[in-house]
Amino acid sequence: MSEAATLHREPAESPLTPESWGKLGMWIFLCGDAMTFGTLIVTFGIMRIAAADWPVPAEVLGINLTAFMTFLLICSSVTMVLALSGIKRGNMQEFRKFMLLTILGGTFFLACQAYEWTHLIHKGVTITANKYGSPVFGDTFYIMTGFHGMHVFGGVVYLAVIMVGGLTGRITQANASVVEIAGLYWHFVDLVWILIFTFVYLL
Amino acid sequence: MADTTAHNEAHAEPNYIAVFGWLFVLTVVEVGIIYLPIPQLMIAAGLVLLASVKAALVAIYFMHLKFEKVVIWWIAIIPAILCVFLILMLIPELA
Repeated sequence: MSEAATLHREPAESPLTPESWGKLGMWIFLCGDAMTFGTLIVTFGIMRIAAADWPVPAEVLGINLTAFMTFLLICSSVTMVLALSGIKRGNMQEFRKFMLLTILGGTFFLACQAYEWTHLIHKGVTITANKYGSPVFGDTFYIMTGFHGMHVFGGVVYLAVIMVGGLTGRITQANASVVEIAGLYWHFVDLVWILIFTFVYLL
Repeated sequence: MADTTAHNEAHAEPNYIAVFGWLFVLTVVEVGIIYLPIPQLMIAAGLVLLASVKAALVAIYFMHLKFEKVVIWWIAIIPAILCVFLILMLIPELA
């Protein structure tokens, strides 16, 4: 009994982040996730340099659409910090408004990506073949943007759950750190897209 | 990096709209730079630099790294260090 009590005792002060263990947990998760994305991007780069007939990305992929998608994610990051700022001040109306805008931004991003993929598949770029050069181009493209797209989808579901928590009163000013942790994930997805947009589309 | 007693609410909020402005401007520069009539290597170097600045802006201001302790900075920086290591390890394969 006394042993269990000792085990479950919260440390009065932690050398890490005493105000939120959840935040530390999310950072550790993101660290692992960043290693996965990092490995994908680095191997993509190596395979690209090694390939002889790599097409010019800007000539195959739509830069205007994806620049707009970058803009969407940056906007949704801003609305996310504004939602957090709202709930921290106890302004639930502002929280709901900006959370909804963030979720809409993510959903719109996914719609654009679905359109982009459909368009590319019709153009002859698939995961196994590529009309414009090296088949590895399509291969790496769909794996990287697909893996990121799954993160956006997961993020939209995650944010929707947080938003419902706010609507039902389970998430309030008192436990706003839940929103901050969700925001960390969302900003990370934005950060990864910034890198993918640069290395896959522009470079 | 805040001191140990500082709480979340203790720090002033960064100017998020200004960060957004920078991210927007740098994205426009990135898209513009690929059409410039300069050597491919210079374009690549510029893009890597701009993307790094943008990623750092998101991490420091939106993910509040600015107000985090050293431990969180280490957690954030380790994947980047490992990526550089992976690149260095793979470069000989290309030769």
